[in-house]
Amino acid sequence: MKTKRSTKPAAKSAPERGNVMNGAEILVACLEREGVEVIFAYPGGASMPMHQALTKTRKIRTILPRHEQGGVFAAEGYARTTGKAGVCMATSGPGATNFVTGIADAYMDSIPLVVITGQVPQAMIGRGAFQETDVFGVTLPMVKHSYLVWDIAEIPRIVKEAFYIAQSGRPGPVLIDLPKNIQIASAKPIFPKTVSLRGYNPDVKADDSALQEVIGLMEKARRPMIYCGGGVISGSASAELLEFAERAQIPVATTLMGIGCFPETHDLSLKWLGMHGTVYANNAVNEADLLLAIGVRFDDRVTGKVEQFCEHGTIVHIDIDNSEINKNKLVSLPILSDLKYALGHMNKTLEKSGRKRLSKGFTRYPGWYAQIAKWKTASPLTYKDTSDVIQPQHVIRELYDLTKGDAIITTGVGQHQMWAGQFYDFVKPRTFLTSAGLGTMGFGYPAAMGAKVARPDKEVIDIDGDGSFLMNVQELATAHIEGIAAKAIILNNQHLGMVVQWEDRFHGGNRGHTFLGDPKDLKRIYPDYVQICKGFGVPCERVRHKKDLRAAIQRLLDSKEAYILDVMTPYTEHVLPMIPAGKTYKDIITE
Amino acid sequence: MRHTISILVENKFGVLTRVAGMFSGRGFNIDTLNVGPTLDSSASRMTIVVRGDDKVLEQVIKQLEKLVDVIDVQDFRDEEYVDRELVLLRVNATSKNRAEVMQICDIFRAKIIDVQPSKLAIEITGTEGKISKFLTLMETFGVSDLTRTGKIALSRTS
Repeated sequence: MKTKRSTKPAAKSAPERGNVMNGAEILVACLEREGVEVIFAYPGGASMPMHQALTKTRKIRTILPRHEQGGVFAAEGYARTTGKAGVCMATSGPGATNFVTGIADAYMDSIPLVVITGQVPQAMIGRGAFQETDVFGVTLPMVKHSYLVWDIAEIPRIVKEAFYIAQSGRPGPVLIDLPKNIQIASAKPIFPKTVSLRGYNPDVKADDSALQEVIGLMEKARRPMIYCGGGVISGSASAELLEFAERAQIPVATTLMGIGCFPETHDLSLKWLGMHGTVYANNAVNEADLLLAIGVRFDDRVTGKVEQFCEHGTIVHIDIDNSEINKNKLVSLPILSDLKYALGHMNKTLEKSGRKRLSKGFTRYPGWYAQIAKWKTASPLTYKDTSDVIQPQHVIRELYDLTKGDAIITTGVGQHQMWAGQFYDFVKPRTFLTSAGLGTMGFGYPAAMGAKVARPDKEVIDIDGDGSFLMNVQELATAHIEGIAAKAIILNNQHLGMVVQWEDRFHGGNRGHTFLGDPKDLKRIYPDYVQICKGFGVPCERVRHKKDLRAAIQRLLDSKEAYILDVMTPYTEHVLPMIPAGKTYKDIITE
Repeated sequence: MRHTISILVENKFGVLTRVAGMFSGRGFNIDTLNVGPTLDSSASRMTIVVRGDDKVLEQVIKQLEKLVDVIDVQDFRDEEYVDRELVLLRVNATSKNRAEVMQICDIFRAKIIDVQPSKLAIEITGTEGKISKFLTLMETFGVSDLTRTGKIALSRTS
């Protein structure tokens, strides 16, 4: 049984021969050939030669983060914004291990990264050398692929493969570990033009018959739903999805990773589903008789108790990664395919059969639309506003209003992340950048820097929590020194809000190290972000009253440089709705 | 249920760790694992016996195929393949019962490869069933040492 086809090498084109240079210069020359514009790189003993080489290139901007974790998150921010591989570099040992969280983060969310680490000289490997870590071994379970360079002649092939693997199929992080002696050795590089990997074939297209079967199922369905995720974004299939939904007239709920892949302002949008998704999205997906799961992986935060997820519906799963099919949920019709192809193909079929494309006034499933409308009216996303105290949800609505929904939003992890997803309406892919799978606090601000570097024309704002923001606060220095106008709004409740919420709901309100302020002086706001930002040379203002908020946000938006708002919010507020872990949509908590 | 999977992998740095790590990281159990060269010097073949139901097997195969260094995965089912295992063992055999041990070895076409005053070293190859039966018989004499290659398999069709 042959299960894998090898990649056919593209039309032969002669490799390019370079002049004599050292290994580090060969690496940089390879990065130039891959079209790398920016690298986030923190130097050290084992990566210095590469930094020397980076000083000589005119094509690549090197940004010095203030912590390797900030560097890898910035690379992720760049990759999530552009779809191109983000590139970051660190030295061996601690530099490399500081990357580990970011690599795991990119792996969970299928983000293309090329991560380059210096390694101790080959002769020292395995001897417990200064700053030696087996980073290849450490990162094995969280990379799409990885390389330890063992011969200078391999560098061009490895870099070419690394970018190809990171960016094709289901994207992911690829690590290149480069020993120092190879960086300083000399050779005449040969730059290949093509990649040949017999064990890797990312080019998968659905069979016509399978897609025809989906359309057949749609004809018979009465309560069809689309449940789509990050795969639509990484597969650049948002336009095809929109057309598909409009021709098929099927309502759409996204995952957290899928936010922006379908316009949330569209009549067919139910926003997103899952633990803190809308009641109506959860109801609709679970009560659908036909569920089209597109570019998703049936994550536990989406499904709750997975056996009971969409229990009575026929599930079609379309994904580019064969290992996701039947992994978490057994489905009726699995389709292995590139999504752009599959959706595009179904759109053509629908068009041929006379299914017109509408942007509103949908009539195909009237009973179903009426049911959904009823759910929407009964349980909208809402919060109790207050006259002076600033509710966190209100901050996000104000920001949405002032940016007219046209900004790139990044987040940390916790309550603020959920509120950002709930109360900002996203209409375009790659505008909501969040650490969804790994749930990594500290992601927001460095990711915003990476996004801003990628899209200097766009407003980029990190909606963060006080806990998350503090985790990579040092990146304020990077933003200030590099002139990166990444903004942040800290929803400061002096607590780890999401954990507090779980303490309130499931542990009788007993506080287990979730207070972040100063227990000796409860009136004091601690830490003082205004002072911290001052130290970094970044303007920051604290907002405590609702009447001051709108003008403060406007000042943040008007700023040409990094700008931080420290907005004080009550810690007693809970993210709702909420489906407790392992429960079903019927157990949803709404107050 | 036990399944025999044959994996053709690139003969590259770290490939064994990658495959083994996939099993441990995803909670799959390996019963036996064998690695060796193939006709093509740039590739190696791993034969892995894994325990689990059909769902586990499906995931194991898909996760293996996902690895860039994995060229091909074959899942051997029922009669589609022949398999063998090689076992070396040392058995207690004094002058009193040595003849009996050798007789059993004859029946099973096992080879005596070393003789010590109170021990015999034996080599046996065969299918799982044959080896398991032979080992049961040897246990009555006392097995003091044992080493096994793990199963290797070859498909009946090319």
